[in-house]
Amino acid sequence: MMLLPCPWCGPRNVTEFAYRGENIARPDPNTADKATWRDYLYYRSNRAGWEREGWFHRAGCRQFFSIERNRTTNETRGVGTPDGAGDAAHSGDSR
Amino acid sequence: MVRPLTSKLSRRPVKKYSAVNILRQGITRAPWAPVLVPHELRGRYDVVIIGGGVHGLATAHYLASNHGITDVAVLDKSYIGSGGSGRNTAILRSNYLTPEGVRFYDRSMELYRNLAADLNFNVMFAKRGHLTLAHNDGSLRTMRWRAEVNKLQGVDSEVVGPAEIKKLVPYMDTSEHARYPILGALYHPPGGIIRHDAVVWGYARQVSARGVHIHQDTEVRGIDVAGGKVTGVRTNRGDVAAGTVLNCTAGWSSLISEMAGVSMPVETFPLQAAVTEPVRPFLDAVVVSASLHVYVSQTDRGELVFGASVDPFGSYSMRGSLEFIEGLAGHVLELMPSLAKLRLLRSWAGLCDMTPDFSPIMGETPVQGFLIDVGWGTYGFKAGPVSGEAMAELVATGKTPEIIAPFDLARFTDDRLMGEKGAASVGH
Ligand SMILES: Cc1cc2nc3c(=O)[nH]c(=O)nc-3n(C[C@H](O)[C@H](O)[C@H](O)COP(=O)(O)OP(=O)(O)OC[C@H]3O[C@@H](n4cnc5c(N)ncnc54)[C@H](O)[C@@H]3O)c2cc1C
Repeated sequence: MMLLPCPWCGPRNVTEFAYRGENIARPDPNTADKATWRDYLYYRSNRAGWEREGWFHRAGCRQFFSIERNRTTNETRGVGTPDGAGDAAHSGDSR
Repeated sequence: MVRPLTSKLSRRPVKKYSAVNILRQGITRAPWAPVLVPHELRGRYDVVIIGGGVHGLATAHYLASNHGITDVAVLDKSYIGSGGSGRNTAILRSNYLTPEGVRFYDRSMELYRNLAADLNFNVMFAKRGHLTLAHNDGSLRTMRWRAEVNKLQGVDSEVVGPAEIKKLVPYMDTSEHARYPILGALYHPPGGIIRHDAVVWGYARQVSARGVHIHQDTEVRGIDVAGGKVTGVRTNRGDVAAGTVLNCTAGWSSLISEMAGVSMPVETFPLQAAVTEPVRPFLDAVVVSASLHVYVSQTDRGELVFGASVDPFGSYSMRGSLEFIEGLAGHVLELMPSLAKLRLLRSWAGLCDMTPDFSPIMGETPVQGFLIDVGWGTYGFKAGPVSGEAMAELVATGKTPEIIAPFDLARFTDDRLMGEKGAASVGH
């Protein structure tokens, strides 16, 4: 079992959360050129180390937050911060 | 003790695997030729292939056998087949959704069917028939669409109803009382399974016999690029210069491309699978249910192999989870309630390099001489032979073969995505 610390509910089983992906800023759709928009849609850093990511506490408080997770060991560090609507465009499977 | 009959002739190592040679070896005790010959890492090769999975090794094989190019090194940070190629559930099929996809995977099936003879190695290809179940109108519509696309490409594929499914898989709950009743299925008779390790070993043996160097425990840590052209790789065992460097590292591929300054639309997700204790053969077909996120096949040894869709968050960790097994077991029992007493032997995970359109990324990159054969996600084992054949042609001729042209990296900047999700997201 892997625990994820929700800033509101404390450490909970990761199955309660929906993964939103790496935190990347959404460009303004009115001004962004095609290249910036494609970058936002498709490209991720996919680092094998620490990354700040967005999560949604789906089966809990239903709040969005972001936290740093090591994508090789799955450890998290620090406390979650109440932002991180993140990005759902690219999570491998929409469950 | 039985004294072996020894003469000079009979002591010669036996190379070819055949019934006659097994008999001969049994009598003479002549040694079998070593399969993987260890080599010193040279300072230069014409071609360096990073990744000793089915894609890297198949490319090396077709480079040698179709183009006579053998100044090649295959580098793997671990042992060959340690990545997805030794962890997959070995389902082979070509009933994809896009015409480009169908043509591509069908060529792979053709190569797979002859692979045992081609490699002189029993890869245990078993044509079983492949069923993709539809539990709702939406998926039934997609099945019809796929069946028509398939037939137009000459691929045997049709939609069948619950009665026919019951005939093919008597143990399946095709009743209307199931939680998600089965409305129909896409039936693809040529689909089947294979022994994945044997495919890796078979390619490695041929490649090694032709003088290609396979270097295990050799990790690429950097890639040298000068003036927009690749010049070599840096490894834990030393630097290697090369005219062509090919990235065949699947789940790790964006890390390798990053070393060459090439970004790719890839995110790595773990995918888990599990296997039960062996039981008598009762399940011939491969059964996939996308709605239930599960698929099942029975190996020649009698074990049931289960798979699912990727884990719900990206990671490079290959640890399994209890949640996966729980979910899997529940879904399997919805399909085949009589399996309730069966025990799981083990489960494991591998890494999948997911792309936005569930299609591979193959061919050239902005860095000259740095080629990629990646984006294999949850479905790339079946593509090993055709990818190897096409990538070898690209390396040898410098021209991108037509069969892989739709899968280039530039499609993400030219808005030519493939849209294969409907046929690739669970049904590997
Ligand atoms: C559980 C599971 C089930 C699957 N089921 C199916 C299926 O039924 N049908 C199907 O077609 N596909 C399936 N797949 C997908 C398939 O396994 C992969 O797409 C395929 O094996 C990829 O092969 P590859 O040769 O490209 O990469 P891999 O076999 O993953 O090989 C990549 C190699 O690169 C090496 N490497 C990584 N980094 C470095 C480095 N820095 N230096 C040197 N070497 C490095 C690794 O050690 C590894 O050996 C499944 C995958 C999984 C995980």
